[in-house]
Parts: sequence; C-alpha cells; structure tokens
Amino acid sequence: METILEAKDILKVYENGVVANRGVSVAIEKNTIHAIVGENGAGKTTLMKVIFGIEQAQEGEIFFKGEKANIRSPHDAIRMGIGMVHQHLMLAPDLTVAENMILGNEPRRARVFLDTERAVEITEHVAQQYGLQVPPDRKIKDLPIGVRQRVEILKALFRNAELLILDEPTSVLTPQETEVLFKTLKDLKEQGKTIIFISHKLKEVKQIADRVTIMRDSRVIDTREAGELTEHDIAHLMVGRDISFERLPAPVQLGKPVLRVRDLSYVNDEGILVLNKISFDIRAGEILGLAGVVGNGQTELIRILTGLLEPSEGEIALQGETLVGLSPRKIREKGLCHIPEDRIEEGVAEETTLEENFILDRYYKRGFSKGLRLSWKSISEHSEDLIKRFNILAQSSKTPVSSLSGGNIQKVVVARELSADPEVIIAAHPTRGIDVGSEEMVHRLLREARDRGKGIFLASADLDEILKLCTRVIVMYNGEIVAHFQDMSAVTGKDLGPYMLGVQREEAVSGKVSA
Amino acid sequence: MSPLLKSILSAEFGFAIFRVMTPLLFAAIGVSISSLAGTINISMEGTMLISAFVGVVVSAFTESLVLALLAGVAAGMAMGAILSYFHLRLKADIILAAIALNLFASGITVFLLFIASGDKGSSSSLKSLVFPELHIPLIKSIPVLGTIISGHNIMTYGVILAIVVFYIIIFKTPLGLRIRAVGQNPDAAESVGINVNRTRMWALMLSGFFGAFGGLYLSMGYVSWFARDMTAGRGWIAIAAATLGGYLPLGTFLASLLFGAVNALAIYLASLQFPSELISLIPYLATVIALTIYSARALKKRTHKVEEAKRVGKITEVKELGGSS
Amino acid sequence: MERFLLKYFTLIRVIIAIAIGIVISVFLIYLISEEPGFSLRSFLLGPFLSRSRLAHVFETASPIIFCGLAIAVAFQAKQFNIGAEGSLYLGAALGTAFAVSTNMPAFIHIPLVLLMAGLAGATWSFIPAILKARWKASELVSSLMLNYVAYFLGLYLMNFHFRDKEAGYLVSYELPESAWLAQFIPDTRIHYGIILALVFALLVYYFLYHTTTGYEIRSTGFNERFARFGGISVFKVVVLCQVILGFLAAFGGMTEVMGIHRRFVWQFSPGYGWDGIIVAIIGRNHPLLIIPASFFLAYLRVGGRVLNLMSDVPAEMITVIQSIIILLITAEAFLSQWKYRVTLRQAERGGAA
Repeated sequence: METILEAKDILKVYENGVVANRGVSVAIEKNTIHAIVGENGAGKTTLMKVIFGIEQAQEGEIFFKGEKANIRSPHDAIRMGIGMVHQHLMLAPDLTVAENMILGNEPRRARVFLDTERAVEITEHVAQQYGLQVPPDRKIKDLPIGVRQRVEILKALFRNAELLILDEPTSVLTPQETEVLFKTLKDLKEQGKTIIFISHKLKEVKQIADRVTIMRDSRVIDTREAGELTEHDIAHLMVGRDISFERLPAPVQLGKPVLRVRDLSYVNDEGILVLNKISFDIRAGEILGLAGVVGNGQTELIRILTGLLEPSEGEIALQGETLVGLSPRKIREKGLCHIPEDRIEEGVAEETTLEENFILDRYYKRGFSKGLRLSWKSISEHSEDLIKRFNILAQSSKTPVSSLSGGNIQKVVVARELSADPEVIIAAHPTRGIDVGSEEMVHRLLREARDRGKGIFLASADLDEILKLCTRVIVMYNGEIVAHFQDMSAVTGKDLGPYMLGVQREEAVSGKVSA
Repeated sequence: MSPLLKSILSAEFGFAIFRVMTPLLFAAIGVSISSLAGTINISMEGTMLISAFVGVVVSAFTESLVLALLAGVAAGMAMGAILSYFHLRLKADIILAAIALNLFASGITVFLLFIASGDKGSSSSLKSLVFPELHIPLIKSIPVLGTIISGHNIMTYGVILAIVVFYIIIFKTPLGLRIRAVGQNPDAAESVGINVNRTRMWALMLSGFFGAFGGLYLSMGYVSWFARDMTAGRGWIAIAAATLGGYLPLGTFLASLLFGAVNALAIYLASLQFPSELISLIPYLATVIALTIYSARALKKRTHKVEEAKRVGKITEVKELGGSS
Repeated sequence: MERFLLKYFTLIRVIIAIAIGIVISVFLIYLISEEPGFSLRSFLLGPFLSRSRLAHVFETASPIIFCGLAIAVAFQAKQFNIGAEGSLYLGAALGTAFAVSTNMPAFIHIPLVLLMAGLAGATWSFIPAILKARWKASELVSSLMLNYVAYFLGLYLMNFHFRDKEAGYLVSYELPESAWLAQFIPDTRIHYGIILALVFALLVYYFLYHTTTGYEIRSTGFNERFARFGGISVFKVVVLCQVILGFLAAFGGMTEVMGIHRRFVWQFSPGYGWDGIIVAIIGRNHPLLIIPASFFLAYLRVGGRVLNLMSDVPAEMITVIQSIIILLITAEAFLSQWKYRVTLRQAERGGAA
C-alpha cells in the first residue's frame, strides 16, 4: 500500500493563540477511504485546511505522492491533485452546473468566447467517467442539496483531484442521499481515487471507512484499520479523558424547578426537524449541563429559551410563567439571562465603550435613566463597580471593548449578565477561547450563583468543564435528549462519549429528565 | 382622437424615445455590469460627464472624431479604475466613493474647461465635432417605421449594439462568467482560483467603458457642446433603470426604454402646459414597487409544521437564526 | 505621543484628508492663476474679509447643518437612507403650501409651518423606512428613487397650484410675513434658521448620546445582533431614525424658504441633502462635529465664489477639493498601514489590556 499523502509533525497556532494542531502526523494510503474523527475543536478541520492550503502550518511538513509539498493556497493544492468539498458548498447559485464546473478553467472558442457547448460536453464526460449523474443545464439554486454536493465532487474530479477531502458531507443529506453518496465514494475508490472523510457519525464511519484517524485536543490519538475498532472504541478514543477529579462540591440546597421545558420541537427554514420533543427541568441551586457535539440542536435550543427564536411546538415556563412568544426583553425581565456562545457577534458591541456594553439590558430601567434621559453618572459608577467586582482588565470604563483581550471581553459579558441577578442563567460555551485565569473566574462565578439558589443551564463542548461544574447532565444528539446523568460523581468523559456520538442512547429518557 | 394621443402615437415620438434613451441605456449597462459583479457603480453621472467633456475638448483640439472617441472612452474607464482603486484597495465604501467621484467630475470638468478654453461653464468657443447621423437608404422610405428607425445619430445605433455586446460579454465570455460568479458567491470564485478583486476591477472598468459612450453622445450628438452638469441626473435614472431591469441585458433595455419613453413624453407634455411631473415620477415609483415586491418575496419564510418536517437531521453549520440582519 | 495619536486616529485622519485637500487647492491655484498669491488670499481669506461674505458663510451653513444632522441620525444606525433631498424638497413645498394658505399671528404661524414641513418630510421618509424594516428592501435604492418622486410631486404642486403668476419667474406665492424668519443681523441675510440649526444640533446630540432611544439607535449601528440580543426593537430603530431624518431635512429646508427666499423658488433641487451626506461623512456622524464640518463646507463654497469673482480661477475647484477630501475620508484603509504598524509597536511595549 503506498502512501499518497503524509503529514509530519504539523504545528498550527492561530493568531489568537489557539493551538489547533500539535505534532500531528498522519499517513493516508492510496485507494482508501480514510475517516478523520474528533470532537469540535479537536483539530481535524484545521488539518484539512492546512492540507488544502487555506491555512499554513508553523511547523511540520506535507508529502504528496512521496515528494515534499509546499502548499500555499488552494490553487497549489488543486494543481497538485488535491480537491476539497467544503461544508458550505462553493457554488454560484444562479449559474448552471456546467458553468460552475468549468469556472476558472473555461473552455474557449477563438480565445475570446466561452464555449458553452464544450462546457456541457465536459460536464457530461466527467459525469459519465465517474458515474455521477448531474444535469448540466440546470441552475444550482434549482437543485436539491444532494445533487449540488455531487457537482462539488465532480468539480474536484474535473480538476484532476486524486485525493478528495470531504468535510462532514452527510450533515446536509437525507439518509437516501447519504446512501447514494457512499456508493459514489466507493466507486471512486475503485477508480483509483483516495478519499479523506471528516465525520462525527460513527455509524457511517464504520460503514464506509477503511482506516480511521482519531484526533483529540489538537493531537492525533491513533490511526487504525476501521475493521479493528467498534463504534464504542472510537467513541472512547475520541472523548476519553484521564479521570478528572476536579469537581465542585455538591450543591448546597436543591430547590424546586425554576425552568420547565416540555416537548419543545423546532423545524427550521429548510424543513429539517432540528429539535424533537425536548423536555427537561432546571432546578434552583443546580447547574444542568448540556453535552453534545456542536450541531445537534443545542444552538437552536438556547436561542429558543432566550426568545431569539420561535419554537414550532412546546412549552417553556419560568417559575410558572410561560416564556413562549415573549420578546427577548420580556424574557430577561422575567429573570432569565444569557451568556451567548459568540461574544463578539452578539455579546458585545466592540466599537463602543465598556459602559455602553454594560447597560444593554438595563439602560431603560430606573437607576440608569429617568424617562428618556440616561443617567450617565450612575451608569459610570455602575460600570466602575462591575469592572472592580469582576476584575476586568481595562483602562477605564470608557475604553472601547475592542481593546480588551478575549478573556476580558467575556468577563464584560458575564459581568453584565450575572449582575442582573437573574433566576435562571443560560450559559453557552462560556469559556470558549479565553485564558485560564478568566476561565477560573467564570467557573467560580457560576458556582457562586448556583450556591445562591440560581438555576444554571450550561451548554459546553468542553467535557472537562461539564464534568467539573454540573450537578446533572443531559446529552443531545440529532435534536433529541439521548441520555440523562443524575449523579455525576462517578461519571467520566468515556461515559458521555458514546451518547454524544450517537452510538448509544437511553430509552425513554424524557421521563427521567424532569426532577 | 385627441391631439395629445395622436402626437404620442406618432412616428416622431417613436423617434424621440430612442433618441432620449440612448445615453440612459449606455449608463444603465454600466450600472448593470458592475452590479453583476457585486460592486454597483453609481458614479455614472460623473463618468458620463467626464467623457462628455473629454470628447468635446479632444475633438476640438485634434479635429478627429476617432481620437475624441478613444479619449472619451479612456476617460470613462479611468473613472472605473479610480473607483475600483478606492473601493477595492483602500476599502472605501463603494456608494460614498461613487458619490465623491460624481462630485469630482462635476467640478473638474468645468475647471478644466476654463483652463482649456477660457469658457466658463459652457464650451461655446470650442469647435467640437459631432457624431454623424445615419440615414439608412431604403429603410428610411418606409412609412412610420422608417421615421422611427432611420436618421438617428450613430450612437443610437451604437447603443443597440452595446446591449448586444453586453449580453455577449456576460453570457458568452469567460470574463462574464467570472463576473457573475464573483457577484453571486465570491468564496466559490476564490476557491477555483479566480482573483475576485481583479474581476471586480474589470467589471468597474467595463462599466466606465459603457458609461463613457453615453457621455460622448450627450456632448457630441444630442447637442454639440459641453455644459456644466449636462448629464442632468441621467446617471441616477440609469441606476433606477438598471435596478428595475434586474441588471440583465433584456431587462435593462426594456427599463431604459420605459424611462426614455416617459422622459420623452414629459418633455412633450411640458410644452403643452400639462403637468409632466406627474408622468415623470412613474418609473421611479415603479422601481420602488418592484424593489419591494422582490424583497418581500425573497424574505418569505415558510413556517413549517412539525409533521411536515423532512427529516430529523443534524446541521453542522449554525446559520444566522432568529432575526437576521 | 503615539498613544494619543491612536486614540484620535479617525479624527486625525479627517484632518489630514482636509489638509491634503487644501494643499492640492493651493497647488491648483498656483498652476492656473496669473496671480496665484492674490487668488490664494481670495480663496482662503476671502470669506473673512468682508461682512457680507462672512455672513454668507453662516447663511450657507444653516440648511447644511440640518441635513447633516438628518443623515447622521440614520447613518448612526447604519441605515443608508439618502433621501434627505427628497424629504427636504417635498416637505418645504408642502410647508409653503400651508404657509401661503393660512393666516395667523407669527408666533403661531412660524412654528406651525415648520412643524407641517417637518411632518411632511418625516412621512415621506417613513416609506423607505417601513419598506426596510418590514421587507428588508434596500433603503438606499428606495430613498434614492423617492427623491425623484418627491421632487416631481413638489414641483408639480408648486408650479401648478401655487404659482405666482405675477412674479417674473416660476416661483410660488410669497409667504405671508407672519411666516417669515427674520433676518436679525442688518446688512446680511442671516436669519433665525441658523439659530435653530445650532439648537437642533445640540438637541440631536443630546438625543443620540443622552437618551435611551439614542442609545438604541447607536447600539443598532454598532452591532445589530447585539442590539437584538439585548432586547432592543431593531424594527423601531430602523423606522424611527429614518423618520427623524425626514423631519430634520424638511425642517431645515423650510427654514431656508422662510428665512432667505420667502417663496418656494427651487425649480431644481437645491442639493442640501447631498451636502448633508458630505458633512455627515466629514463629521463622522457626530452632531457636534457636523457644525464645524458644515461651516467648513460653507467656508469652502464661499471662498470658491470669492475666488471665482475676484480672480481667474473657477469656483468649481472647490467641488474638486471637496470630492478629494471625501474620497480620502471614506477610504478606510487610508493611513491604516501606519496605524497597524503603530498598534503593533504599542502592543509590543505592552500597551492597553
């Protein structure tokens, strides 16, 4: 078996300091379907970006077909014979299939004119060559997503890709379309192509992959023949942790449920059922964790809870009062606050001062304004107070938020949300991308809130965080709650893993989840 | 039949429509081609003005129509190049930069006119040339149709050719394909190795190219001199026409025809003491209505029922939900 | 020193842009004029050298301030409504119609006429506002188109229903004296409109920076998702800021009619709406900065006229200079290389946070 691509000791550090790939070495054999699995943040997408030239590694080397490869841009990668099918399909919606196929490499007549017939011919030829049917004259926007993906694949093949990278290809497909895709990939393998396939869906990995590379925490854990591993094995390797002993002391006093969610379902714009009858309670004085791989409905769930999205069905009640249909402001006023998963996009307005960021949820309230008039004096005092209390490193309350470090920006968000003294705190990935010190502080604050009798909902992709902080944990997969852990004392990442990856599920979980 | 109606339906009026439409359509093509690449060029007013001026001056000093044409077109393309430099390289907002360029053109043309000829505001002392009219043998003898079609300035025949050229460029050349791709999905274009900025630059220069003809016609066909701000808002009308026409060749042509017809009608009605203003505003109003319908349709979200849901699925990309901007 | 420069980077960039503009104008004058020194003096100092010219600067600045404020309010919410011109024209036309058709003592008539004009302008710009808020239709395109509709409607109204047939030109009936804004400085045409303009600048400043609604408007401009996240009604903001735009522009246009012409004389649209965009850009949408920006623009215009009158340099040079200044200001990347290098140096030395 010859190796078509080899990555040696890749080190990739992003500008914000995050180490995405550390000492990553992988050998991809020719003529295989090679799956790369790992949690979000494990580094697999980064590795693919490095291979395809979208990013450059600080250290390490890549060998393609035995020769050292200097890949500085997708252009280089394409030229060498590497093709990539991105999650967000790179197609121009109002152009036809044939036009998208030959884009950038257009066949010409008399040097000046576009040879549209030839473009169609080429498309049909390539389609036939690889056994992938596509309608050359239809516009992309009129085609179902499975067909669009096929066009993407053909595009790469047309450019003589010998190595095809597919990033989570089945995430947008129906089961039927997935079957078709797999047949396609197997056919391509027969024809001599090599395929790298990023996925979370372990069932599919077992179904189609010859070899599997498991990544975790920016490193490669192992590369093995797919046949040697069961789904459980893979799941454990993906998620496995040394048993972390760091746990919060048990909650002081568990109160009654403060937030009740019943049969919450949500269908999105594309007709996909993203949340399927979600039910759970959050009690006063506990931290309920939401574990799961990003993309299983957690984001939508949180946006529904906080009023930024309307559910299709279901009930949400905060201390008996229904929240469904209320505006985000009303929901806040009822006592629910939200630490959003993307602090830059949503949590703060970077261009303006800390003061202006602190008052987002309370500028209209008494104490900060009289009627229409803002009381800047009280606002400044309040800001100074928050800066001190939450240890925010900033020159003054009048500095723009953009000049703060990530950790401090998150502190601004947390300071604002927690100082509203809410009954329920919804925290989504609250320590993502921040320094250890700030992370410590956020954890401490959540614990203190818990001990003061608040109910906290913590969604996180960081299993250590979940294990450390949560009183109970529910696991989401494919829009459903598939597991509920009531007693966290002996639970480890290995226990959560299989549920997170859809390998395992508890039956009739909903009945158990309510307190 | 009322005299008003008779005049409107006359062949002379048909002739007038094409005459009035000529500069509009040139400029509208310019707006359309730049929009297709995602960088709408609203500096047509200024581009036409500059070309009108350059054409007059060059023709007066060189006594060559050809040189004037070349110079005018070059000037138009230069405007496109300047806009692309400020927008693509220096990251200026394309709308604001275009407004600034319009202002610039308005001032510099009068300024340079003074330096070149001592005229203040209108090129009275310059002996500039005009583009010839074409009287087509045989056709001109056909009743009604002949009056409408024959006898136009060569530029008017040119604009019909321009629409065809526009169509060919956009749909039949690699550059046109790239322009459309860049306008629809710049990332997709980038991923196949297309230089998005360079393509946009070409689109802007092409828009300057077409706009230039509109300006040249104004000062060397419609009338035979240059006067300050002689474009009189045609560049803005061109934006309306291009938008109404969906930025595509056929639509742009029909919309410009509409605006041209209304404009011609307005001129005629004004001489009759009839409130031409009420007619003139119709195409603009139509554009707003069309824009609204188009936007409303694009926005229509179907709220799905749970039972109708296609499948239970995991989505990996988290799109902008719940109140997109 | 460097820290100071970074903090006020945008302001400094504007000043440099203006400085470059002035330098270019000096250069052009030297290029063209037979008597460059004299021409330069006429241009730069002209506006100050005579009472009427200085007055002219104030007269010119007045409507521009109003339009600058109008545009600034919308731009602060990132709504690119350029319909100030249309609202101004139609609002002033309707205001004139009202003024001419009614009779009441001045102390009621004046505010009422202004109010009517303002409401008319506000109603007009409500159209692009609601189209944007409800259907996400581009307010840029719709307001641009509606400028024309407003122009034609206003012109029709004035020319066909309020035309003063005894006047020599195509103008409206004269406003009754009870609707005049007095010119309170003798030998000049400076009228109370300029006082109103300054007052409104303060009001708009106060509104934007010291009220809850102003906070909502600005927050939406900073980050719409952020505003929504915090519970601000973006719909309300989008509509309100554009309605305010229409009101201010029309109000300003009406002060011009009541203070200078005392008739509706605009056969062509006066262009203050466009000037408003210019000074809003120069003043970075800040109401207090728009005052000096408007005076600066007015100064350039008057200087240009003096230049034109007294020397052999055409006034259009001013237009050229203005456009260059604006181009430089809108070029975000202009001087950004310098800023980047300095920021890097600061970071290395362990600057903020």
